[in-house]
Amino acid sequence: MYKYDEIDQRLVDERVAQYRDQTRRYLAGELSEEEFRPLRLQNGLYIQRHAPMLRIAVPYGMLSSKQLHKLADITHKYDRNYGHFSTRQNLQLNWPKLEEIPDILAELATVEMHAIQTSGNCIRNITTDQFAGVAPDEVVDPRAMAEVMRQWSTFHPEFALLPRKFKIAVSGTKEDRAVVQMHDVGMEFYLDGNKKVAIKVWVGGGLGRTPILGAVIREHLEWQHALTYCEAIIRVYNLHGRRDNSYKARIKILVKALGIDEFRSQVEAEWAHLKDAPNTITEAELARVAKHFEAMPYAALPAHDASFDAAIASNPAFANWAKRSLHAHKTAGYRAVTLSLKPHGKAPGDATSEQMHVVADLAEQYSFGELRVSHEQNLILADVKLSDLFAVWEKARANGLATPNIGLLTDIICCPGGDFCSLANAKSIPIAEAIQMQFDNLDYLHDIGDIELNISGCMNACGHHHIGHIGILGVDKDGSEWYQVSIGGSQGNNASIGSVIGPSFSAEEMPAVVQKLIDVYIKERTPEELFIDTARRLGVAPFKAYVYAKDEVVA
Amino acid sequence: MSQLIKLNDNVAHIAENEWAVVQLPPSLVEARKQAGKVVLFKLTGEKTVSEEQLSGTVIPESGKVIVPLSVFIARKTQLQSRINAGEIGVWVDTHEVLADLALHQADLNQLPIIAVHVERFADGRNFTLGVLLRTRYGFKNELRAIGDVLRDQLFFLKRSGFNSYLIRADRNAEEAMLSLKDFSAPYQGAVDEPRPAFVRYNRTA
Ligand code: SF4
Repeated sequence: MYKYDEIDQRLVDERVAQYRDQTRRYLAGELSEEEFRPLRLQNGLYIQRHAPMLRIAVPYGMLSSKQLHKLADITHKYDRNYGHFSTRQNLQLNWPKLEEIPDILAELATVEMHAIQTSGNCIRNITTDQFAGVAPDEVVDPRAMAEVMRQWSTFHPEFALLPRKFKIAVSGTKEDRAVVQMHDVGMEFYLDGNKKVAIKVWVGGGLGRTPILGAVIREHLEWQHALTYCEAIIRVYNLHGRRDNSYKARIKILVKALGIDEFRSQVEAEWAHLKDAPNTITEAELARVAKHFEAMPYAALPAHDASFDAAIASNPAFANWAKRSLHAHKTAGYRAVTLSLKPHGKAPGDATSEQMHVVADLAEQYSFGELRVSHEQNLILADVKLSDLFAVWEKARANGLATPNIGLLTDIICCPGGDFCSLANAKSIPIAEAIQMQFDNLDYLHDIGDIELNISGCMNACGHHHIGHIGILGVDKDGSEWYQVSIGGSQGNNASIGSVIGPSFSAEEMPAVVQKLIDVYIKERTPEELFIDTARRLGVAPFKAYVYAKDEVVA
Repeated sequence: MSQLIKLNDNVAHIAENEWAVVQLPPSLVEARKQAGKVVLFKLTGEKTVSEEQLSGTVIPESGKVIVPLSVFIARKTQLQSRINAGEIGVWVDTHEVLADLALHQADLNQLPIIAVHVERFADGRNFTLGVLLRTRYGFKNELRAIGDVLRDQLFFLKRSGFNSYLIRADRNAEEAMLSLKDFSAPYQGAVDEPRPAFVRYNRTA
């Protein structure tokens, strides 16, 4: 993965000093609440219900063992022994002290980490596929470009105070796993007719109050121009995006107001001036960064391993886990492994300090000292030998990291919600926990099969509820907490936004509501259908009819 | 003490302010300015400044003055001799369109100063306006940030082409000056240093 040089290190060190002084001035009353707000937000610091929340950047989801050990130490020293991995592939601390943030940043800087632009109205952490570099269907490894873009976006002076937050995702696979159509800018890397890396650019996608899929603004962009083209897009947005109403301030609203064609022509007019400007990426720079992402020194292994096959045959628990948690790898004899942060009855995405140390050790011992955070809020060891999988499983299982539910109903994506987040309409974690307990039966979960259930505590949609096969959204009705349910949303190449099934439910009703949705699916499915297929084929009606039917006996 | 910071050859210092800013008389449409121009004004065809405001703006008889863009355009003939004498600068609001200025003043460098007024410090349109004035319109003279100008935006203003900053009256300009040096080796090319780090440095790793 990318290693800092002197330039990178100097920047984060200077950032620590800058933020330390900003905090000092705030505490001394030299900065008002309002003036400090964007400063702390651009450093990932929210003021939440109980305490500030600090969001630490994990650029495109990649971490080294050393970094994860440091994060574990920080959660131990400055927080309550755990951290929360978010859908933005970042790590959130729920209980840090405002006065101690500069010290936390200083510790992060020692392992080439920071909290820059993890919140606020600026370009946020650039996200990508958690299997980048190892996925068999990968056409272009997006990580080098993601790093080049990370550097470019860091303290970009022209875009320091945008109308609203700005999220970029990049992907280089046939099957999109980075949800590029759901971002302010999405970039899909591919090889064009001349076998050159090119980019398909999407703009104006997003979740939140007005969920919408992005539109293609350019089918073919040469990679060298990624930065200047983004500058053209964001410049048009910075000037013309609405600033009077924060709900209408995202770029998607501007794109919609102008229409994609008019927006495109304004961007192209701007880009005519910016094309080939000094921010054009050079071959040398891409090569320098790409060196950090070269293939690992893999051993030459056969495609099968006898000890692995034997363990699968003799140990059903291991086999169950392997079925859900292993992912195909470019290199023969290797697998990518998802470690579940979704044990039943615990807050999705949370990891304790001890668990972080365990994962860091596992990565060190079995996966070249690196790991990734997925936007589904799990941790990934990307490069494990078949012959090591049993040992990995045993250690993961002993530490509550091997729930064999990856991709199943209880692998819930869930935002922090009303327990922590001051914007929330309703709690989300207890809903996730209750649903996990309702379905706490592995055979049954496997029978239900692949399904995505996403929960957000409010319209801001941090839990991506719109693109859940089942989406749950916390809403406020006369000051009490209710939940609106949608079905049929999806990520991936066939991304879609879910449809609301009807009036909202109380927290107590939720496990039964999900149970009824599943019952309809089980009853109606054809042998090869997953939940999403059945939901798409039948539409909302039969689900709605059954969920809202009064006290009927199960058919 | 003066609230004005100026940058000469990358050295910041506190300077006397020679320029008086002329304000428009207040009006009722003011509240709509925060909205994006294209979305709001193109669709509604609204103007932000009324005829009464334009004619009612009081411009001092002598001395160096920075007038609002709309007033500059509407009353340019009246101001022409003073423009020639180098006594007139123009200020634009963040929702205004630079093309309007260029249309009425072909040679921007005839103006000794252009100021960009920011009503709320969190409005980042001023950065783009600075960049465009420098790179698109070739403006070479003093480019000043006025209005809600605070220390923690100075570094970005500098990189966006501003070389003078009128710090808000209740803040210490001397201390604010320190933040112009917050970062010594920024990544991306911008107005003050067009070459990105990967061109400036030999970054072999
Ligand atoms: S979706 Fe709402 S409640 Fe959940 S974390 Fe985001 S802002 Fe907070």
